[in-house]
Amino acid sequence: MMDWAYLFEISLTGIASGGLYALAALAFVMVYKATRVVNIAIGEMLMAGGYLFFTFAAMWALPLWLAIPAAVLACGLLGAVIERTMIRPLLGEPPISVFMVTVGLSSVLIGLVEMIWTADQRRLPEFMPTNPIMVGDAFLAPKVFWGAVIAAVFIAAVLLVFRYWRGGVALRATASDQAAAYSVGINVPRVFSLAWVASAMLAAISGIIVGSIGGISSSMGVFGLSVLVVVIVGGLDSVLGALVGGILIGLVEALAGAYLGGEYKLLATFVVLVVILMARPYGLFGTHEIERL
Amino acid sequence: METTLAHGANSAAQPLLQVDSVTLAFGGVRALSGVGFGVQPGSITAVIGPNGAGKTSLFNTISGFYRPTSGSIRFRGQDITRIPAPQRAKMGLGRSFQNIALFRGMTVLDNIKLGRHAHLKTNVFDALFYMGRARREEAELRRDIEERIIDFLEIDHIRHAPVSALSYGLQKRVEMARALAMQPEILMLDEPVAGMNREETEDMARFILDVRAEWGVTVLMVEHDMGMVMDLSDHVVVLNFGQVISQGVPAVVQADPEVNRAYLGSGNVDELRAKLRAAARIPTSAGAAA
Amino acid sequence: MRIGTLKESYVADAALFDSRTQHAWLAIAAVLLVLFPFIASDYWLYLACLVAINVASATGLNILTGYTGLVSLGQAAFMGLGAYTVAILQTRYGTPMLLNLLAGGVVAMLGGIIVGIPSLRVKGLYLAIATIAASFIAHFLFANFEITGGTAGLSLAPARVLGMDLDTSFRLYWLIVPVTVLMLLGAANLFRTRIGRAFIAIRDRDISAEVLGIALLRYKLLSFGLSSFYAGIAGGLWAYFFRVVTPESFPLSMSIFFLAAIIVGGMGSILGGILGAVFMTMVPELLKLLVDLLPGGASLAVFLSPVRLVIFGALIIGFLVFEPLGLAEVWRRVRRFFHLWPFRN
Repeated sequence: MMDWAYLFEISLTGIASGGLYALAALAFVMVYKATRVVNIAIGEMLMAGGYLFFTFAAMWALPLWLAIPAAVLACGLLGAVIERTMIRPLLGEPPISVFMVTVGLSSVLIGLVEMIWTADQRRLPEFMPTNPIMVGDAFLAPKVFWGAVIAAVFIAAVLLVFRYWRGGVALRATASDQAAAYSVGINVPRVFSLAWVASAMLAAISGIIVGSIGGISSSMGVFGLSVLVVVIVGGLDSVLGALVGGILIGLVEALAGAYLGGEYKLLATFVVLVVILMARPYGLFGTHEIERL
Repeated sequence: METTLAHGANSAAQPLLQVDSVTLAFGGVRALSGVGFGVQPGSITAVIGPNGAGKTSLFNTISGFYRPTSGSIRFRGQDITRIPAPQRAKMGLGRSFQNIALFRGMTVLDNIKLGRHAHLKTNVFDALFYMGRARREEAELRRDIEERIIDFLEIDHIRHAPVSALSYGLQKRVEMARALAMQPEILMLDEPVAGMNREETEDMARFILDVRAEWGVTVLMVEHDMGMVMDLSDHVVVLNFGQVISQGVPAVVQADPEVNRAYLGSGNVDELRAKLRAAARIPTSAGAAA
Repeated sequence: MRIGTLKESYVADAALFDSRTQHAWLAIAAVLLVLFPFIASDYWLYLACLVAINVASATGLNILTGYTGLVSLGQAAFMGLGAYTVAILQTRYGTPMLLNLLAGGVVAMLGGIIVGIPSLRVKGLYLAIATIAASFIAHFLFANFEITGGTAGLSLAPARVLGMDLDTSFRLYWLIVPVTVLMLLGAANLFRTRIGRAFIAIRDRDISAEVLGIALLRYKLLSFGLSSFYAGIAGGLWAYFFRVVTPESFPLSMSIFFLAAIIVGGMGSILGGILGAVFMTMVPELLKLLVDLLPGGASLAVFLSPVRLVIFGALIIGFLVFEPLGLAEVWRRVRRFFHLWPFRN
């Protein structure tokens, strides 16, 4: 007998956590859309945001309305530094090189976090309402729900920005041809910096939310692997894809975790990845690059 | 004046390469429509036409990179339309590329040796061990390339140079060398003298003639340099908008009014203006002056 | 000063070591390698074995990523396949050591070929990400099956050769180093032949390579297979060396280690693979030494692990930004200097 109520409850949690994936995926897509860089350190940047918030809110006991923006801005600064020191020098190099730089970056970030804050898991101060959320008979953890709500707000904001701001077109121009973008007057370095700063800030928000739900630790970056799958499923340069992909992967993981067991979550995600890579390598909404001989 | 279209029924002997009603469509774009012609063994055939006419697409289809939507390609009488590209190389279709496709991580010598890949026999186990079959094959290959190709194309002074360090003209020559290493029966040259000066063009023309004379290789080339095309070719095929609009000996093609219209326009300014206006949907005004 | 070297036959021109000086250096190196175990302490023998295993694996990765251009973050997983195969065969069936090693290589090779199958449709970064997925799937398989001992893993009895147990670093040295040298020779030979050239062609311009007669899928699979065969052998040696194999023995960070090794050493060069592996293996040891020498070093020891992570990452970034051709290029510059001395260029 199929327990529909249980399925519904699990799916609800899945969709909500999918919203979180979507937000982090958005941070990834932002960088890819502007600079064609696959940032495999996205999970670690998320972690940095969570730790910065921890420092401001717990260690320095700043009030929340100060700590959250401070953490987000500090992470944005980190993004700018990363872009300037390790991404920009590799302009024009094959994309594999930049990819490997981000691999190195993830290592550096994990090491730094362990050095400064040790590898122990920490809890973040509570700032979300704690009343359990009930949808009919289904229970939804409040943190997950509110996290998803915050994520949805930011996703909507980013979608609007991309739609109505002419900068969105500039972003795509710099990604596809830097020299051409330069020659029509787009300030390419500034666009690059902006993209990385924005991405880092989105990652920070993600990190704060995810950290609030499950605590922060130096292995938090593993979240980034699921985010990677989300963007591949959705399409590396598609904002809509990040949304749809996020919800999809959130569902898959929740269902796998509930019906197969916790250790199958990541496995299920990677199986989805392999299937998508074989069937539709450019994702559901990504743009297909055609190679000319 | 004979101008045959579509099916090239131009000679009694069996053509080495026969392209039959080949159509190539990418989505809504038709790169080639019903293209047909034959290349006689031992001839130098040139494919000409304005930019975007489909010449490189034609080459890519013959090479096996694109599969035609309809039509067939026969080589030595055998239908090769469905045969994958690497096998066509083994059968004797050699080629050079429009935008030099040398392997930048290798020296000139290694690039040329690569051309012979399809005809070599060394397998992985031979390669790992090296002493024995691989060594013999490599030595044999080296001797052959040095004596027949490097000498012939006069590139002995750069054999160990990395290709990325060479001038454009030399790179083109190395491309040709690599194509020759493929031991081709038919050599397809995509714009062999593009970007070359007078002297380099003459050198390349001389090489092409020598290749035909000494090696017995049939040449099929895409070229824009009309002087070279008319001086060298036995047979010329003219493409425009993916269709063959004329073919025959150079003199015939040169005089063909269709060809002139495609390349040079009709010379009638009013006709041109009317065409442009129609395309832009601008209302007829008393606009004079250019 | 060496101005030019005259070769009198094509075969001589193609030789791996082509001058008298190089032959001399080679002889010296061989002598040193043979003498080393008799003069070195246990600690240095341990290091030498570890370095050799890493050199073998890094060379395998170099074939795939450096020469063929297929980025892989799955090298550790293939090593794991080799290691587990050796462990299972040794503990369950007691089969001879060399057979086990070969079997380990073959199993890893099959794994590599399977992972390589999508490589025709899936290119570049997508392939790299697929190899990460493969890594996780491998880890899952190692941790969740009875035959692999589950999360506890397997422990092995030492390899037995001619009635002797290989249970000291000294004894294992005589297994590991010659195997590694053979593998290096094989790789160097590979790139003198059409197979190696085909790999490089695929890296540089795979579409043109096909039109020149190289069957892409076949050669990509060959590259995957060969490099994972190397990884499998290295993994098998690892198993005999450490005598314990667990699912945590071959994490993703180890794959990153090997990628870093070939970047730092110089991709697409056999010497680069050697230099990179040596360098990356020695760096954590040097760190440990430093920490021991510094006053108050004991309290710093807890930082060793994160500092190592930071240094690994910084090395990858640093070399990619400042010296993308790696240590091999630095070496070449030094050599050129000595060849031309007392002239400058």
